[in-house]
This record gives sequence, C-alpha cells and structure tokens, in this order.
Amino acid sequence: MTTGAKPSSGDFVHRVRTVSGSAYGTRARSRAAATGGMGFRHRFRRDWPLLLMVLPVVVLLGVFHYFPTLGNVIAFQDYSPYAGIRGSDFIGFANFNRMFSEPAFWKAVANTLSITAAQLAFFFPIPIALALLLNSVLSSKVRNLVQGVVYLPHFFSWVLVVSLFQQMIGGAGLLAQTLRDNGHQAVDLMTKPDTFILLVTAQAVWKDAGWGMIVFLAALSTINPALYEAAAADGANRWRRLWHITLPGLRPVIVLLLILRLGDALTVGFEQFILQRSAVGGGAAEVLDTYVYFQGLLVGDFGYGAAAGLFKGVVGLVLVLVANRFAHMVGEQGVYSRS
Amino acid sequence: MTTTRAVWEEEPTAVGRIGKPLVLALIALVVAFPLYVVVVTSLSTTEAVTRAGGLVVVPRELTVSAYVQLLSGGVVTRALLISVVITLVGTAFSLGITVLAAYGLSRPGSLFHRPLLFVVLLTFLFGPGIIPSYLVVNALGLIDNYASLILPAAVSAFNLIVMRSFFMGIPNELIDSARIDGAGEFAILRRIVLPLSKAVVAVVGLFYAVGYWNAFFNALLYINDNTKWPLQMVLRTYIVQQQPLPTGAGGVATGVGLGLSPAPGLAIKMAIVVIAIVPVLLVYPFIQRHFQKGVIIGAVKG
Repeated sequence: MTTGAKPSSGDFVHRVRTVSGSAYGTRARSRAAATGGMGFRHRFRRDWPLLLMVLPVVVLLGVFHYFPTLGNVIAFQDYSPYAGIRGSDFIGFANFNRMFSEPAFWKAVANTLSITAAQLAFFFPIPIALALLLNSVLSSKVRNLVQGVVYLPHFFSWVLVVSLFQQMIGGAGLLAQTLRDNGHQAVDLMTKPDTFILLVTAQAVWKDAGWGMIVFLAALSTINPALYEAAAADGANRWRRLWHITLPGLRPVIVLLLILRLGDALTVGFEQFILQRSAVGGGAAEVLDTYVYFQGLLVGDFGYGAAAGLFKGVVGLVLVLVANRFAHMVGEQGVYSRS
Repeated sequence: MTTTRAVWEEEPTAVGRIGKPLVLALIALVVAFPLYVVVVTSLSTTEAVTRAGGLVVVPRELTVSAYVQLLSGGVVTRALLISVVITLVGTAFSLGITVLAAYGLSRPGSLFHRPLLFVVLLTFLFGPGIIPSYLVVNALGLIDNYASLILPAAVSAFNLIVMRSFFMGIPNELIDSARIDGAGEFAILRRIVLPLSKAVVAVVGLFYAVGYWNAFFNALLYINDNTKWPLQMVLRTYIVQQQPLPTGAGGVATGVGLGLSPAPGLAIKMAIVVIAIVPVLLVYPFIQRHFQKGVIIGAVKG
C-alpha cells in the first residue's frame, strides 16, 4: 500500500494495510506454525474445502484466459478456420514481417502513442488538481456532494459517453443547434480527424477524471496535520505549505500512477475508439486494438490479427514489467508486489 | 458535519471565497448538464422538439409518450430485458465465485495457496488477445449464446484481490473460535466472514453489475443475431451510428399500431439514452458511501 491511510480514515484500509504489509497477522503465523510438520495428505484433508472454493475461478481463468493465451500460436501460422490450429501450416514470422512493413500498422502504433501522450499531458494532472481543490474545501457536505457528482460518469458505458458527446457537440447536437440559431456555421466536433485526439482526451476527462481523484484524496488524508501547523508557525503561507508539504505528500502516488500509465502506453481503451472509428475515419481513430479487430475479425485474417495482438501483448507486458521495476527503484512498492 | 478552519490558517482571500464555489459549481454543471438536456428532450412533445430545433433545454409540454412507446414491446423492451437478466445473473454468478475464491485464497499457509494466488495475479500482466479469445468462444459453441456475455468476463482478478485483502483483515480470533465450535470453512465464510464484509461485497457487486450492464464489446464480438442484442448494442446502432433499428416484433422506429401519438424521433432516442442511465443512477446512491473505504486499495494496486 503506497498511499497508506491513517487508521481512522476507514478501518478497512487500515486492516488491509496491516495484512498486506510485510508482517502477516496472527492468523497467518498460527496457520503457518500449524502447517509446520504436516504431510501433504494431512494438509489436503484440512484444506480441501478451500481448494474447492477456488476451483470455479481457476477453471474459468484457465478456459478464458490461459487457454486463449496459448492460442496465440496462430500468429505463427497461416491459420485457416476450417483447418484449425492443428491443421494449419506454421509459417514462422511471416505474419510479423508483413505487419512491420505495413504502413497502416505503424499508423495505428503512432496513433496509440500520441493518444497516450495527450492523456499524460491533458488528463493526468486534472485529478490531482481536482483533489487539491476539493481537499481545500472546508464543508464536508459540499465535498461529498461534489464527489458524488464527479464520480458518476465513471459508471457510464462508453457507448453512453459517446452518445452524450454527440448530442452536445456533434453535427446535430446542442452546440451546432445554438450556432445555427444565431446565424453561424454549424460545427461537428465529433467527425474532425485533426482534433480527434483532443476529443477522446476530453471524453476521458469527462468520464474518469473525477474517479481518478479518489487515490489522491486518500493520499491527502494521510498527511499529518501537525506538519501544516508547524509550517504555519514557522511563517509559511498557504502556497509554501502546498509546495513543501502537500505536494511531497502526494509524490509517491503521483510517481506510481505516472509509471503505471507509461507501462500501459499501448493500451488506450478499446470501445471508445471502435465506436468512433467510422465517424472519424481510420486515419486518426485507428489504434492497436481496433487494428487487431479489423484485420483479424472483420477482414478474417486471423493469423495476422493474432500477430498484431501478440505484438501489443508482448510489448505491453515488457513495458509493465519495466515500469514496475522502475517503481521499485524509485522506492515505491510497485503494483504487482505480492501481498 | 462542517470542519472549522485551523487557528493557524489564513482567512480565505476574496478570490478563494468566490472562485472556489464557482469552479466547483462549474465542474458539477459540466457533468450534470448533458444528462439534464437528454432527460428533458426525452420527455418533450413533438411540437416542443420541433420548436427547439433539436434538443430541448427549457422544458415545456412534457409527456412520457416516448417511454410508453419504447416500453410497450419491441426492440428496446427486449434489449432492456436481456440487459437486465444478463446483469442480474452475471453479477450473482461473478460475485458468488469471487467470494468463494477470495476466501479460499485468504488463508495463508493453506495448501497450494501461493501458486493459486499466482495464477490469479498473473492475469493482471497480460491479456490473451481478441482473436484467440474469439476462437475459444467460437470453439465452445458460445457464439450467439448469452453465456458468451457472462463467462469470458466472469472473473475480475482486480475485484478478487480487493475482496481477499478485506477478508484477510478480519480478526483471526473470530475465525479460530468458530473453528473450535466445530464450524467448517463454508460455515465460517457464510456466518462470520460475509456478515462482516457487507461493504466490500456491495462495492464489488456494483463493479460487476456496472460491468455487465455497460458491456458492449463482448456483444459486438459474440452476438451476431440482432434479436439477441443487449441495450448497449441498441444504443450504439441507433444513437451513435444513426442507423435504423432492426425491427423485431412491433418495430420501434415508427410506433405504428400502438395506438399512441408517435413520439418524435429525437425524444425516442434520448429516452433510450435515459433508459441506459437509470439503473446506474438507481443503485449508485446506496453504494457511493462505500467507495472511499472499498476502492482505495484496488485503485492503487490495479
């Protein structure tokens, strides 16, 4: 737990911290001690109900996660749905060679990376600013109300978010309607390839900026108020307190989330782009995931689509691992550390 | 409860006193305004929509005819029912297996506890990819089967880990004393652990439910038969892509034969949008207060 939380801010957080930290609770120790000299058969007789409980999840993950992962071998095949995996010929890296010489593929990579960059620049700071602003509001009633409102869009589907944007700033939307009424040229911001990156970033901000704030609010609640008091006694005004106490208090979370976002650079979301690809055109709206979908499923080129998907998966995995290693290096706990 | 300012803190400046509420109100407005316009338009009569030249901002002449038309059988009614059933069944199923697995993995030192946890955590690191997933669902014969909307997405490792963390925090003494009284693991889970875990069960349940309700991509991949479409697919086709709806029994787009004054097209469209929002709005207030407690862990880990 990097954010931590002061024990009083919710016993859930406190409890979890205790157990997910380095020292297990007493139960762990007693169980481990009891395990000491036990043989397999004895342990099985004691723990079979627990294994039974885990079984459904393991089966589902096996069938719908691990098994399809193995299915990626078709990236190395001239896959034919009729012949199946066993009947199709292996063609080595031919799918990949073709992919790397395909301008459309590199266009999709470039689009994906530009959108990640735009989100880092225009999306990432907003939840932090929002959390700082809300945290400085004294009335808890106002705070709760605003939180309730800004969290909400996170629970809307992308179809809904795109629909709402369309109604507001699309060609038949409220903005265009108002402009027409006042004798101006109507605009349709939903179909412009040039500003598509800004559009999807705006949608992401509308949907998830409020939700992203939660982590920062939690981190803010862990900062010891005595620090502020001491600083104030030393004559630090509000801006100096923000600079020397609040921001350093948020630093671990900010660094961690930043690293995580970089680890996910090839993943910019899926539904958002597939929904708007036809309106904006593939030139601007094609990202890696939509490329896989179109080449693989719609064109029916399964082996090639799987190759593009595998490329994304492997590069993504490496990025996440590097990012996590980096998070450990700068002294944060990282994401996938075992609890 | 209103906190008072600490003694050492400065009086707010005029900018802070006026600017802050203004900015907060603006933010709330940006979220709420589109919803407001959509609701008002969906409740407007043909004349009102025509007079406004599209979306209605100032409500006059309200009517529920769009909703009556949509809910009196037809494409939207059917899609709504499908979505509701998928959400209920899927959530119950997901929550059930997640609770079981989270408890099963929450006892350190139990047999195979580490490798099984590893199997779950590893799914965080990579996805299987769209094409192989599609091929597996296809090979299992689940195309156009509602199970394809539930089974592939049934387990969220993230939710499982959040719940497991919570279970591990329950005092050991409680569980030990139950065991001394002769309770087995299932009884302990049902009678001790679950009653103490209502908050996390509610939050994880909401996450699953919202996931199922909003799911669009699985339907796009696995449901070709448009009479089996869930609501989100109807939204996409009719609202986002502006295509006519596939008319099943009692075609919605016209409203002919329903004996009602046909609601205007735009009001109908906005009513579909509202129908897609309402279930979220209904459960949201009950669960919202658990977010801060229940989510923080996951938000950082996931």
